[in-house]
Amino acid sequence: MVTLAAADARAHGAPVAAEQEDLPAEGSFSLRDVSVAYGRDRVIEGVSMDIPPHAVTALIGPSGCGKSTLLRCLNRMNDELGNVRVGGHITLDGQDITGKAIDPVDLRMRVGQVFQRPNPFPMTIFDNVVYGPRTQGIRGRDELQALVEESLRSAALWEEVKKSLKKHAFELSGGQQQRLCIARALATKPEVILMDEPASALDPISTQQIEDTIASLKDDVTIVIVTHNMQQAARISDRTAFMLRESLEEPAHLIEVGETRKMFTNPDDARTESYITGRFG
Amino acid sequence: MMTPSRRRKARIAETTARMLLGSMALIVVGIALFVVGYIVYRGAGALDWQFLTDVPRNRGREGGIFPVVIGTVWVVGGTAAFALPVGILAGVYLSEYAPKGFATRAVRLAITNMAGVPSIVYGLFGLAAFVLLAGIGRSILAAALTLACMTLPVVITATEEALRQIPQDLRQASLALGATKFRMIRTVVLPAAAPGIITGSILGLARAAGETAPILFTGAVFQMRRIPDSPLSQFMALPYHIYTQVTSVPEWNPDLVWGTALVLVGGVSLVSVAAATWRAFQRRKIAW
Amino acid sequence: MVILAAIALFLAINAIRALREAGLDTMLSGTLWYPTSDPGKFGMLPLVLGSLLVTGIALLVSIPVGVGAAVYISEFSRGAVKDVLKSIIEFMAAVPSVVYGLIGVAVLIPLVKDVFSLPSGLTALTGGLILGVMSIPTIVSISEDALHAVPMDLRQGSAALGNTRWQTTFKVTVPSAGSGIFAAMMLGLGRAIGETIAVLMLTGNAAVIPDSVFESVRTMTGTIAAEMGEVVQGGLHYSVLFTVGLVLFVITFGVNLAADLVLERQRKRWRR
Repeated sequence: MVTLAAADARAHGAPVAAEQEDLPAEGSFSLRDVSVAYGRDRVIEGVSMDIPPHAVTALIGPSGCGKSTLLRCLNRMNDELGNVRVGGHITLDGQDITGKAIDPVDLRMRVGQVFQRPNPFPMTIFDNVVYGPRTQGIRGRDELQALVEESLRSAALWEEVKKSLKKHAFELSGGQQQRLCIARALATKPEVILMDEPASALDPISTQQIEDTIASLKDDVTIVIVTHNMQQAARISDRTAFMLRESLEEPAHLIEVGETRKMFTNPDDARTESYITGRFG
Repeated sequence: MMTPSRRRKARIAETTARMLLGSMALIVVGIALFVVGYIVYRGAGALDWQFLTDVPRNRGREGGIFPVVIGTVWVVGGTAAFALPVGILAGVYLSEYAPKGFATRAVRLAITNMAGVPSIVYGLFGLAAFVLLAGIGRSILAAALTLACMTLPVVITATEEALRQIPQDLRQASLALGATKFRMIRTVVLPAAAPGIITGSILGLARAAGETAPILFTGAVFQMRRIPDSPLSQFMALPYHIYTQVTSVPEWNPDLVWGTALVLVGGVSLVSVAAATWRAFQRRKIAW
Repeated sequence: MVILAAIALFLAINAIRALREAGLDTMLSGTLWYPTSDPGKFGMLPLVLGSLLVTGIALLVSIPVGVGAAVYISEFSRGAVKDVLKSIIEFMAAVPSVVYGLIGVAVLIPLVKDVFSLPSGLTALTGGLILGVMSIPTIVSISEDALHAVPMDLRQGSAALGNTRWQTTFKVTVPSAGSGIFAAMMLGLGRAIGETIAVLMLTGNAAVIPDSVFESVRTMTGTIAAEMGEVVQGGLHYSVLFTVGLVLFVITFGVNLAADLVLERQRKRWRR
């Protein structure tokens, strides 16, 4: 209930934190000693970090270092893979989201996700955007219409598609599809949006548009983005976390987390510096 | 390096093999063309409006096949009514919910094996289970249930196959928007998989329409004066009609029997082709 | 699964009386099938041999043609030709068996009779030939799937070594798909042995052990279909027919299970 009230409040432009004294619903994560194992294979261990609200946090590191896996802990998508154990504690706005205390389905309405490849549903543009709201039980025609416009505007797609909302989503270009997916995630009024290399399947121009969209979104939502593109992380993120799995026998660790500018100019750890300057894959 | 003579040998082998294999393919094509051509050639003469709307007369040597067509439609309809819901649900369960363990593998193996059970054995099963034990008697219902058992594996396999084609991405996108698994399946996965499921099922039903052995003891009759009026009445069916004409009617009228065969093969192929075309069309619209 | 178990169960229950009164071994080894004499003689051997003979003839036809056509479709044809060939195979599979039976009656019976100057065209050969045609689609489509599943890399690897397409097919592709092709033959066999109506219309149905392919035979499936309509329900003959069904079920189940296991192993092999 807290969630919906908060989402509502934000929709009407009211300051959220003022109304919620003990639980500021603004999308800040706190991770304490998080570990993930696929069966016997421990892939991540001992990750502790904070993800501040209304900022872009980038997760970087070589492929296979568990950044996507860590990302999926934040909306419990690992639950769907089966055979995955997550240890440690993760809180969203002070509420534990790791245990049975929270229903992953509820959590995912608060924490949206955009995937690596554009994955619109095989339906119209309109139906794609209202998929989440309809799941939440919103049925009113006008309300949905308003949500569609607002979400598509936020995703910088409105001007291109406002005349063709009934068109099949597959008729859009790859970059447009990805922005549609962002709009779809925004339509549930989430506090956080997770992005798993959202531009890796796109051309440079579309990538630029996605990055602009991300920059304009952070006033409204917290963004956690996984990327293997250093320049992208440097361009769009406020904070950066660097993860590394030093050998296949060991799980990945969080090496360093901090202000993006500092990370890229004067990292504390030698391994961070090596990675950023291009010494690991 | 290959010597010229070896190269020549290889080329000769290549040509020979190509011709030999090609002729095998040609034989198959020839047989198929012959089957179609012959059925059309022998059956087309009988095909007219009266043939399709009249009742069989003089033990089937004259008249038409109206009740026969209607009987087949009834039975296939009944088969669909049982096989589709059960098959689709089972397919969804196996593909989306069933744990990936030994038990599921065994069930899947059983299903593929069900497809290989001879149709006459289904007939025996239908006789024992539905006609006698369940007390339904020889009827459309009993025959439809028997054919449904036979069609189930086709529907289940088609459903599983179609669901497997749906990208994992799409499921995750739905879950990430806070949809429950059931809602994800209902709103995203099933609609996207529908063309595959429906087409596969129709192909299975078309085959059921042509089966004789399973309906032999479960309700098909040689001659009926009226159109079946309830699921419990007996019925005439196209394949059974052909069979009884040829084996039990002295001096059967070849024109009418071939006409019946043409109606059966034509109907089955038309429905199958229509279903396959529709699926291809849908696929082109939704390319992953 | 439930249905499969139910089928086995119902067959078994109904077969119990026959098993108790006549005994499975006497039935299986008995050479005389006189179900309506008093007391009835239920020696199934003529039926089993009839089925095996007809099936054997069918496979002699369908294996070379079917596997050859599958290799051609998979390795030597492409584009529209391939699509057309595959549709034709699908069409052949969709033709009801009673129609094949009808064609056999109209075309094959007179043909066999004339060519071999026999008194009657209702022979094991006639039934076997049409059964062969009917099992071609099964063999082609399963073999073609098996060939298709062989990774492209393997063919390219072979071609890069200077092998011609036929050499690649013969040395690499077909051996790689070997178990799948074998499974296809097994499934074709299962299909042929279980086929009812067409053989019933073509083989003449004399329940005696045949000396040659030019004699009339009666198969297990044909016996059930022909006699079940006339027996007393619950009687011994009725029960014996269920026993025949049970034997048939066990044979096809074994054949299909073997084929499925082979196919599953093959699938595992090419995964990633």
